[in-house]
Amino acid sequence: MKFTDTLRYAADAATGTPLRTGLLMLAMSIGVAAVVILTALGDGARRYVIGEFSAVGSNLVIVLPGRSETRGFNPANLITSTPRDLTVNDASAILRLPGVARIAPILIATSEINAAGKLREAMLLGTSDEYIHVRQQKLALGRFLAKDDLGHGSAEVVLGAGIRREIFGSANPLGKTVRIGDRRLRVVGVLSEGGQGMGMTTDELLIVPISIAQAMLNSNTLFRILVEARSREQIGEVKASVLKLITQRHEGEEDVTVITQDAVLKTFDKILGVLTLGVAGIAAISLAVAGVLVMNVMLVSVTQRTAEIGLLKALGATSAAVRQLFMAEAILLSLTGGLLGLALGYLGAACLRYLYPSFPAYPPLWAVLAGLATSLASGLIFGVMPARRAAQLDPIQALTKR
Amino acid sequence: MPLASLIQLKSIARTFTLGDSKVHALRDINVSISPGEYIAVMGPSGSGKSTLLNLIGLLDSADAGAYTLEGRDVNTLDQNELAKVRSERIGFIFQSFHLVPRLTAAANIALPLILSGMSAAERNKRVEQALKEYGLTDRAQHRPNELSGGQRQRVAIARATVQRPAVLLADEPTGNLDRVTGEEVVRLLEALNAQGMTLIVVTHDPVLGARARRQIRMEDGSIVSDITQPTA
Repeated sequence: MKFTDTLRYAADAATGTPLRTGLLMLAMSIGVAAVVILTALGDGARRYVIGEFSAVGSNLVIVLPGRSETRGFNPANLITSTPRDLTVNDASAILRLPGVARIAPILIATSEINAAGKLREAMLLGTSDEYIHVRQQKLALGRFLAKDDLGHGSAEVVLGAGIRREIFGSANPLGKTVRIGDRRLRVVGVLSEGGQGMGMTTDELLIVPISIAQAMLNSNTLFRILVEARSREQIGEVKASVLKLITQRHEGEEDVTVITQDAVLKTFDKILGVLTLGVAGIAAISLAVAGVLVMNVMLVSVTQRTAEIGLLKALGATSAAVRQLFMAEAILLSLTGGLLGLALGYLGAACLRYLYPSFPAYPPLWAVLAGLATSLASGLIFGVMPARRAAQLDPIQALTKR
Repeated sequence: MPLASLIQLKSIARTFTLGDSKVHALRDINVSISPGEYIAVMGPSGSGKSTLLNLIGLLDSADAGAYTLEGRDVNTLDQNELAKVRSERIGFIFQSFHLVPRLTAAANIALPLILSGMSAAERNKRVEQALKEYGLTDRAQHRPNELSGGQRQRVAIARATVQRPAVLLADEPTGNLDRVTGEEVVRLLEALNAQGMTLIVVTHDPVLGARARRQIRMEDGSIVSDITQPTA
C-alpha cells in the first residue's frame, strides 16, 4: 500500500465520524494550547524580570565595601578587623582601569528637603555626572549634574519626579533654590517619572554631587561604586581587575565585594526557567489525558469498523497494512489536534500580550516543539494498542459481524 | 480430470472448539476444481459450506489435509504471501455486500488496487473501466446508502473482479436481494464465468444451485454428493 494512499484512507476514516474526530482534536488541541500558553506565561515572566534588571544598566559591575563571605578565623582579622572605607580615590583609580567605560560612585542617606515652605523627608544620593548614563535614566526637565572632578561639585541638585510634584506642583522648579540639610542648592534638573532600579523608585531621590553629599554627611566613605564595562565580554575581566586594584589599594586586604549584574540575572533566569518547565510539565498532563482519549476513540473505532477490517483483509490487506492504517489515523488525529492547539496557543499568547502589553508572553520555541512532539508521541503510543487489535482481528469473525 | 487443477483439496479437516465440545466444521474433504468451472455449494445451515468457502479463499486454514492453489501448497505460505494471493487471485462477494459506507462506489472498487499499491493513474483507469463494464459510471460518486441493493452488489462484484482474479467466491450473493435483481446479479456472475473465471457460489437456494454445472452438496461437514452435469 502506498504511503499517500494510507494517509488518504486514514483521513477519510477520521472525517467519516466528524463529531467524534472533532471532539478528540479539541481535547488534543486544548492540551497543546495549555502547554503553549503556560510556557508563554512562564517565559514571559522570565523575560519581564530580566528586562527589569537590564534597566538598571547594562554591563554593570557593582563594588560594595565589606566581604560578603566569611572565611573563618584568620590571624589577620585580629590586627585589621574593620574593612577600609571605599573612597572617592578608589573610584578614580577604577576609572583608569582598562575596559572600564564609566564609573559612578554612590553615597546614600536619608535627608530633608525644605523649599517653598514645605518640608519633606527624602533619599539623598551623592554621585557623579556619569550616573545618569550608567543607570540609563532619563531627565524630564533641565540637565543632570555638571561634570566635575569627583570632589569639586557645585551646589546643585536633581530632583526625583515625586519630590518635584509634591514641593513645586506644576511650577517650574529649575533655577529655584532648595534647602537640603544645612545647605542651599540650586535645582538644575528633574528625573522622569517611574524610573526603577535596585529595588527602589527614583521618584523620591535627591541627586547631588558626591562631594556635596560627603560634606553634608561629614563622611568620606562610599556606599557603592557602579562600574560600567566597555562590553559584555569584558565584564569578567573588569570584575577581576577591580578586585585586584582595590585589594592593592587597601594594603592587600580583600575587603570589598564585587558583584556583576550577570550573576544576579543568571540566578533569576535559572529560577524562572525551572518555573516555566514546571508549568509546562503540568500542562503536559492534559496532553497525556488527550492521549488516553485518542486510544479510547481508536478502540471504539476498531470495534465499530470490525466488518471493514475483515473486508480489507479479504481484499488482500496484510496485517501490517491494517496496523499502518490505524496508526496513521491515530497520528493524523493527534497531529492535527496538536497543530490546532498550536494555533490556539499562539492566539491565547497574543491575547495576553494585547491585554498586558508590557508582559512579553511569547511561547519559547522548545515548548512549542515539545508540545507538538508530545501530541505526536501520544498518538503513536496510544495508537499502538488499537492498531494491533485491528491487525489481529480474525477476518471471518469480523466479516460475519453485521 | 484436467491436468492443471486450479484448486486441489485433499483430506481437509477443520475443527472449532466451542466451550468443551468440538465442532467438526469440515471432515475429510476431497475436491478438485479446474479453471473455469461453475460450482454451487449447497446444504443446510451449519453444514460447513461457508467454512469451505473461507478456506478456499485463504481466510481460514485447515487443521489437517493439503490445499494446493494453482500448484502451490498453501500451507507453506506465510501471512503476507496469503494476503498477496487473496489480493491477486481471489475475489469475494458477500451476502451483505460489505461496502465501506463512507467511500463512494468508485472508491470502494478502488480498494483492492489501493491495497496492492497500484499507482493512482493506473488505478483510475482500471476503476473507470470497471464502472463502465458494470453500468455504474453515473453512480461512481454515490455512497452505498445512495445505491439500490442491486447496484450495491454490482459495486461489490466490480470490486471483487477489478484485480482479474482466478476464482470468484460468492457467499449467498442473492440472499439480500429480491428475485429480479438477484437474477440480474446471477447473470452477471455467470457472464464472468463464461469469460473463464472460476465461480464458486454458496447458496441455500435450490433454483440458484441448479444453474451451476457442478453441484456440491454438504451435510455435517462432509460432502454428500458432487455431481457434474454433462454440458449441453
